[in-house]
Amino acid sequence: MSTQFELNKNLAQMLKGGVIMDVTTPEQAKIAEEAGACAVMALERIPADIRAAGGVSRMSDPKMIKGIQEAVSIPVMAKCRIGHFAEARILQAIKIDYIDESEVLSPADDKYHINKNDFKVPFVCGAKDLGEALRRINEGAAMIRTKGEPGTGDVVQAVRHMRMMMSEIRRIQNMSSDELYEAAKQLQVPYNLVEYVHENGKLPVVNFAAGGVATPADAALMMHLGAEGVFVGSGIFKSGNPAKRASAIVQAVTNYQDDEMLASLSEDLGEAMVGINENEIALLMAERGK
Amino acid sequence: MKIGILALQGAFIEHKHALDRLGIESFEIRQRRDIAKPFDGLIIPGGESTVIGRLLRKLDLFEPLKAKIESGMPVFGTCAGLILLAKNIEGEAAHLGVMDITVRRNAYGRQYDSFSISADVAKVSEKPVPLVFIRAPWIESVGKDVDVLLELDGHIVAARQNNMLVTAFHPELTDNTAFLEYFINMVKKTKTDRN
Repeated sequence: MSTQFELNKNLAQMLKGGVIMDVTTPEQAKIAEEAGACAVMALERIPADIRAAGGVSRMSDPKMIKGIQEAVSIPVMAKCRIGHFAEARILQAIKIDYIDESEVLSPADDKYHINKNDFKVPFVCGAKDLGEALRRINEGAAMIRTKGEPGTGDVVQAVRHMRMMMSEIRRIQNMSSDELYEAAKQLQVPYNLVEYVHENGKLPVVNFAAGGVATPADAALMMHLGAEGVFVGSGIFKSGNPAKRASAIVQAVTNYQDDEMLASLSEDLGEAMVGINENEIALLMAERGK
Repeated sequence: MKIGILALQGAFIEHKHALDRLGIESFEIRQRRDIAKPFDGLIIPGGESTVIGRLLRKLDLFEPLKAKIESGMPVFGTCAGLILLAKNIEGEAAHLGVMDITVRRNAYGRQYDSFSISADVAKVSEKPVPLVFIRAPWIESVGKDVDVLLELDGHIVAARQNNMLVTAFHPELTDNTAFLEYFINMVKKTKTDRN
């Protein structure tokens, strides 16, 4: 493992126990920082609006991203399309803190992901099972998040992906060492990554929950299921009182084991995002990029 | 000996693992009731100082922890922990404001500019210590009671003032426990002095 990869993994370790929020303007970024976000994701349209608008969705305008970098002191992330290494290079050129090679945008390459080992800036990638997670890590991802189903306000898929990943990790952990070779073959990943999971019972990088988190209870649920932190996209700025909801979700992640505190955090948050159920959506973003 | 690790956000588990390696008992501080029982030292980990600072107030931990530090409890702050302890932060309001140092946040730049090196720290270790800087701050200036432990290219990155130890880098991200052992000796000394 290179020194740069170690440093990039280390930055993700600093984000643990925190909430990363989608923002579209410097004003929203300030609200997020003030509410206790440990990083923000700068994008022109939040997933719910991308879904509503349809069409091809691309990397955001660098000028808009720079405006957000100037507005806050916390790390700023931005999304590029799956496989679009030219967009990724542009984001690296403006010294973005993290690139999300994201299924939320329209994929640019239906076969290859970006070789993230070529970059100095760290990447986060979505995964819905252990094989996807380890393939992304092998390509150089320094952080993994569940894909969930972005822009729906429905947590069911994030839960499904996190449960799948955790149960596969437990399965690998309990294998005898001679079974690991076959496991590597089935997962389509290098043996050394499977060996790491076997020995440590976790991914070699930080693992966050993302997709459909809309309430403090959703965030707490994901932490109980093994997430090391939470991304909240549309859930905050599509709700009635973004500042209050954002702050409540931040506290819910820190004290996810304290039910009384979660009860009081869940009070009076105003309207949650309306959301759409998984069987009502035409486009499953989680199926992009495996 | 029992060490409390502030576990509101950030890399607190890494500190716990390091303490485990030294065979020292520790517990996580996530809310007020966690500090009801006595403990001997406090670690404030790396993470986002704005997040931890805000949660300290929201969770009513700010005043009691500040009081403990001011009454002499040994405290070790790494990166964000250093920022939280500082009396002055350039361009923004201080958090706990207990240590007589002036800090510049993100002094080394963005994640792109993070780096790791190793350096001699005479007062802490006989051997060179590996240092990991992640979007790190540095100390612009220190008060007269502050002992500078390490300067790097003209910037102060490790210092001590009585019961307070701070580093701009992350010893907990390496296998090297020199700084942690230095801190544990501070805790031992305080315990002996009090008895």
